Amino acid sequence: MKILMILAVLAAAPAFAGDTSPADLLARYSAESGTPADPSRGQALFTAAHGGGKPDTPSCTTCHTMDPTKPGQARTGKAIEPMAPSANPARFTEIAKVEKWFGRNCNSVLGRDCTAAEKADVIAWLNTL
Amino acid sequence: MKRLILLLAFAGPAYADDDFIATVTDPLTKTECSACHMAYPPVFLPAASWQKIMNNLPDHFGEDASLPEADARNIEAWLVANAASERAIKGVDLANPPLRISELPWFKRKHDREVSAKAIARAGSMANCAACHRGAESGYFSDD
Repeated sequence: MKILMILAVLAAAPAFAGDTSPADLLARYSAESGTPADPSRGQALFTAAHGGGKPDTPSCTTCHTMDPTKPGQARTGKAIEPMAPSANPARFTEIAKVEKWFGRNCNSVLGRDCTAAEKADVIAWLNTL
Repeated sequence: MKRLILLLAFAGPAYADDDFIATVTDPLTKTECSACHMAYPPVFLPAASWQKIMNNLPDHFGEDASLPEADARNIEAWLVANAASERAIKGVDLANPPLRISELPWFKRKHDREVSAKAIARAGSMANCAACHRGAESGYFSDD
């Protein structure tokens, strides 16, 4: 009974660290978009220079670099941990954090929200690295 | 009573040591503000500046730093409550509050001549205090 209660509390807990995984997010975003994710589309989105966003951040690679297995650097000079889960196991393990940063950075780079398909594609590509 | 006195003693160092600048102690403020840069000590800007910054997060120095509304308001309240004293911001136009710490008179006085373009390039940005002030994250900004 006690264990059941603990489980109930855990299940009801809000988005704390460790509430998802790269595979789980990939499945969720793919299901939401209704199409299978495509790593090559994700790579193209991540590495392209886009218009429409803020002038200082034309591409994901502005801060994350062309090699997401390596650390990036914010425009402030501060290091950014690698985006690829193989190089940084903490990546894509917290839904609220993932949504917060997709929200911010898609707006900074593209000037709009990313679609579920785009999020799935990017995660699919990062998962292959 | 003894315990109370001990606690009071611990509250003191911020004023006892001229070198020490009170750091961000609020956990939410520290987490969110240190994501892309160090969490700057709240005394580095006047309250009016923090209010302006916290109400324009979608365009935060050229990037979108949006937060859930409740988080933004809580962080703003903490920063405002711990902002620069009136004495520290003498001469600052509060009707048009500066957004950058590097725009403040005391900051310019301390950096303009001393910091070379090469040093700024090496730091990546004037926002990167710890590039030169190694103890910045712990509140020590002595001249390195």
